[in-house]
Formats: sequence, structure tokens, C-alpha cells
Amino acid sequence: MGSAFSAVYVRDLRLALRRRVEALLPLVFFVVAISLFPLGVGPEPQTLRQIAAGVVWVSALLASMLSVTSLYAGDHADGSLEQMMLSGQPGLVIASAKAAAHWTVTGAPLVLAAPLIGLLLDMSTAGLLTLVVSLLLGTPILSLLGGMGAALTLGLRSAGVLLILLILPLSIPALIFGAGAVGAVDSGLATSGHFSLLGALLILTALTAPLATSFALRIALE
Amino acid sequence: MNRSVRWFTFAAPSRFYWLVGVLNPWFWTAAVALTIAGMYVGFFVAPTDATQGESYRIIFIHVPAAWMSMIIYLAMAFWAAVGWMFNARMASVLARALAPTGAMFTFLALWTGAFWGKPTWGTWWVWDARLTSELILLFLYLGYIALVASIDDMVRGDKAGALLAIVGAVNVPIIYFSVRWWNTLHQGATISMTAAPKMAHTMLTAMMLMTLAFWAYSFAVVFTRAQAMALERDHDAEWVRQLALGRKDSS
Amino acid sequence: MPTNQPLPSSVAGLPTLEAVDLGCRRGNRILFKGVSLAVSTGQATWLRGRNGRGKTSLLRLAAGLAVPESGQVLWGGTPVRRSDTFHSALLYIGHANALKDDLSVTESLQFLARMHQRDSDPVALHAALDQVGMGSRRDAMVRTLSQGQRRRAALARLALDHRASIWILDEPYDALDADGVECINALLHAHLSRGGSTLLTSHQAPGASAPDMAEFDLDPFG
Repeated sequence: MGSAFSAVYVRDLRLALRRRVEALLPLVFFVVAISLFPLGVGPEPQTLRQIAAGVVWVSALLASMLSVTSLYAGDHADGSLEQMMLSGQPGLVIASAKAAAHWTVTGAPLVLAAPLIGLLLDMSTAGLLTLVVSLLLGTPILSLLGGMGAALTLGLRSAGVLLILLILPLSIPALIFGAGAVGAVDSGLATSGHFSLLGALLILTALTAPLATSFALRIALE
Repeated sequence: MNRSVRWFTFAAPSRFYWLVGVLNPWFWTAAVALTIAGMYVGFFVAPTDATQGESYRIIFIHVPAAWMSMIIYLAMAFWAAVGWMFNARMASVLARALAPTGAMFTFLALWTGAFWGKPTWGTWWVWDARLTSELILLFLYLGYIALVASIDDMVRGDKAGALLAIVGAVNVPIIYFSVRWWNTLHQGATISMTAAPKMAHTMLTAMMLMTLAFWAYSFAVVFTRAQAMALERDHDAEWVRQLALGRKDSS
Repeated sequence: MPTNQPLPSSVAGLPTLEAVDLGCRRGNRILFKGVSLAVSTGQATWLRGRNGRGKTSLLRLAAGLAVPESGQVLWGGTPVRRSDTFHSALLYIGHANALKDDLSVTESLQFLARMHQRDSDPVALHAALDQVGMGSRRDAMVRTLSQGQRRRAALARLALDHRASIWILDEPYDALDADGVECINALLHAHLSRGGSTLLTSHQAPGASAPDMAEFDLDPFG
């Protein structure tokens, strides 16, 4: 079972490395999308600081969702997904490995880029740190939910937009707790409540999303 | 043993069709009667509110609509799950039939919420916990409808929809909790829809009547929709042919 | 090589794959109904039928990928989707090759071998590729291969497999030249004499070098 997880995980990373430009597109989108906000609302540092956490979080959400549509599509098209589902390995393990690979390729770079982005939006140091931690806890949730959405919409026309419509509402709690943590820091309040809730959400999602994803994959292949 | 056999009898599309044909006239009648009664009590009998004047009366539509939107979502998730677990096609059809009505009530709740807000608080929209949760519920409905509509294969659509509805139903309390949390953090929204006027006896009566009216309406319209879907799915079955030829259903 | 040679005692008494009163639906059409067939130890069955009759669907049902509209598929008496032993005994090669464009032939096969818990040792893989005439291209990117070469590489799994007892193959001879067809038939002979069984479809005749196969015509069941 462990070897199945690492087989899928390593393969996905290797595939991403061989298509480096495509793998970096979500990160580029992330930066571009965030840069639009100052252009839209004006460059006053005060305003930017206020909206920074929300802007970064929503952009991370969208960047994650855009890249997750192809999580299972390639494997489905070339028959690899069928082989994985026939291997006798638990669907749970395969789904977890795919979500972990997606986070490593897409989510982790967002977390690493967040401090630089935060500077663009004139965030305080404490705010930046909180933002990074909240994204560290939150982006795996997005990868897990996104994987489930990708499995549900596998092979459908307009799968991309449909996935976003399905998964965005489910991501709202993570958005609220994550961005809220930064807001709390800026108001001088404790972030422990937000982080506990976000952490609990991560655990809950990690326990349930892979199972739902494996069901969705089975349904899609039937 | 005999009882359960009779229940599953109506899981067959042809018998379901017949049953709805018998019951629906009653549901429509009840819906119309209860609506008239509810509107009458709500708009003419219930007293004017001390703080909000006449405009508060919109809650006789807003609150029952909001209740229905939530109940229907749970019913939809329930029937979709039953359809998936027991391979019961009519259960899946019922789930699909519930969705548009549920979405309609959600939209109605949001719309009437706006009409309540404007004269009372001065704004068309208020990001309070309940209205925001209602908005997210609308997204969940639209997501379900969009998903089952995009899947050409009926069985795959039923199952995928069931999974989505169950995931949504599980998430609704989480979403509601997080939106309440969010709402309490941002002190700007001191306006709250939960500050409903103190309920006079007649106001409660009106709300109950309207709720029952919406229930009856939902049964009628959802069953009619389910009938149409049953016809579509079974389009080359014998009972449909008999129906089209005007003969009574023999089973 | 006849299929009625005495079997090695270790493989005697292998479970049989049986379709019992099988029915299949695609979209809103019934493709076939009432199909009953059994593939027993040491036997190869050639599934025939016109285009669109549901041959691929039958294979997918047999492999446990899809759920039948009626009837069931049994492995040793247990439905395949619930069997503990079926997945380790199955080797399914569908129409799609399950090779990743951005991996080398060896890497692709290694992944599949690991997922199915078979030998993924590079030496064994190279030997298998040699058997199908792809040894020289073992480090080539799958992207650079022709259709016929990809098919051979996909079928190398047959040469790798000394454990699997049931092979389900969808158009294995597709895109192969005469030499390729010979390779596959040689592998089939070896497999059947080991006590394995095979269910395959092919729109072209398996050829003179192929083992004796029972034929099953799907047309009457549509």
C-alpha cells in the first residue's frame, strides 16, 4: 500500500518536472491575479493591507482549482487510470497520492510565494507569517477537495468550470478560517481559534475527501 | 413482510406514475387553499409590527421559503443516497426532481430577504450569516443541477449526483458554522435577519399555513416533474406505450 | 502447442472466469442480454462480433471495471468486484496503452508493475521488452514511438507476467505488424500452457501461429 502511494506520487512529480512550464502556470496565474487588485481598487497601502489576506486566499483558491481539472484527465485519456483502479490498491491510497502530488506541485509553491506577494500588498510581518501558516494548512484542503471535484467531473464537457462551481462553495470554510486568521493578527487578536478550526478542517478533509474521490472515480469509470 | 412489499411497489416507474396521478389533484388543491389562507392571515389578520410596520409581512414568504430550501436539500440528498445504495431508479429520479424546486425556494428566500432588508435597513443586501448561508446553499443546488445535467449517462449522473448531494449535505453545517464565525468577526454587519419581530399568535399561524402551503406545492410540482422524468427514462417501455395510446395502466 | 497438455501441479485448480446471464447497457440502449460464457484454465476465448456490439463493454465487465445491467461476472464463484483474489490474478490490457507520453517506456512499465505488485526490476523489464522486440527503445520517451511500437511496449506486460492467470485483452493485435503478431501468439502459447486463461477480442484473425481458441459470437445477444 505504501509502495502504491509512493509509486503514484513519484510518477506524478516526475511528469510535472518534465512539463515544467505547465506546472508553473498556476503560480504565474496566482501572481497575475493578485496584481490585478491594486489596479482595480487603487494602490493606497491602507486599502491593500486590508484586503490583502482575502485577495491572496481567493487567488490561491482559484489557482488551485484551475490546475486540478487535469489531475485525472490525462490518466483517464491514456488508460492509466483504469490500470490504477484495477491494480487492487485501495482507491483511497491512489486519491491521497494524487492530491499530495497536486499540493506539492501547485500548493507548495503558492505557500512559498506568499511572503513576496504579501510585501506587494504592504502586509505587516506578523500578517505575512500568519498568511503563510494559514496557506500551509489551507492549500492541502484545496488539493483534496479539488481532487474530489476532478474525479466527479471526469471526462465531462466544461469540466473545468463545472469543477469550480462545485468545489468553491465547499472551500468557503477554509477561506473564512484562513483569511480570518490574518485579519485577527492585524486586529491584535489571537489566531489560535482560526488555526485550530483550520487544522480540524484539514484533518476532516484528509479523512473524508480521498474516500469520496475513490467513489467518484469508480462512478466515472463505470 | 406484506407492508414492505407494498412500499417497494411504488418504486416501479409505472406504479409511481399512477400513484402521483391519484394524489396530485389533492396536493394542488391543498397548496392553493393553504396559500390563500396563509396570505389572508398574514396580510390582513396579523397585526402591524411595532418597529417594522407593514413591510415585515414579507417574512411570511421569506421564512417558509428558507425552511423549504433546507428541507428539500436534505430530502434530495436522502433520496439520491437511497437511489445509489439500493439501485432504485425512482429514488434517483425524485432527487433530480427535487433540485429545481429547492433552488427556486432558495432564490425566493434570497429575493424576499432583499425586499425585507430594503425598507427596514435601507440596503438591498446584507451579508448576515443566514442570508449568506442561503446564498451558498443556492450555489450547492446549482452545482448539483449542473453536474447531473452535464452527464449524459443517466446512471452515472444519478450516482455522481448522489455523491455530490451527500458531500454537500455533510458540508452544510460546516459552512453554516464558518459563516456565523465570519459574521461575528466583522462587526460591520450589526444588522441581522435573526432579529425577527416578536411573534404574535396570528403571525405564527400565518407562517405555519404558508409553510404547509409550500410543502403541498412542493409535493405537487416535484411529483409532476418526477412523472415527466419517469416517462422520459422508460420511453420505450410497455406501460408508456399504453399510456400514450390512452389505455389505463394495467399493472 | 495444444492446450490440453498436463498442467503443472501448482496451477491446477485455478478459478474460472464466468459471465452469468450478463447484460450491458450503454447510455439508454441495451447492448446485449443473457450472455453466459466461461473461460477456464488453459483456455483462450476469442470474442467476436460486429462493431458496436459491445465487445469492449463485455471485456470491461469481465475485468470488473463496469457494473452490469443484469447478471454477474464471477471469479471462482465470487463476483469480481468483491473478490479478494481477482485483482492479483488479472492482467487487463485495454484499447488504450496506459503508457505516459512524458515517461520513458521503462518508466511507464515500471509504474504499472509497481501498482500491480509485479516484478519491477529493470533487468526483468528489459528482458520482457526484448521479447516483444522493443528492447532497443526501452529508454525512449513514449511520445516518440509509433502506434505499433506503443502497442508492443504495452503488451510487454504479458512477457513480464508469469503470475497472472487471466488475461483480458482488447484488440491486442491492433497496429501490430506480422512480426508483432507472432510475438504475441508466442506469449499466448506460453501463458496457456502454464494454465493461464485468456479472453480477447480481435477484428483480425489471430493468425496461424495463434493457439487454438474457442470462439464466442456476441451478435446474437444484441
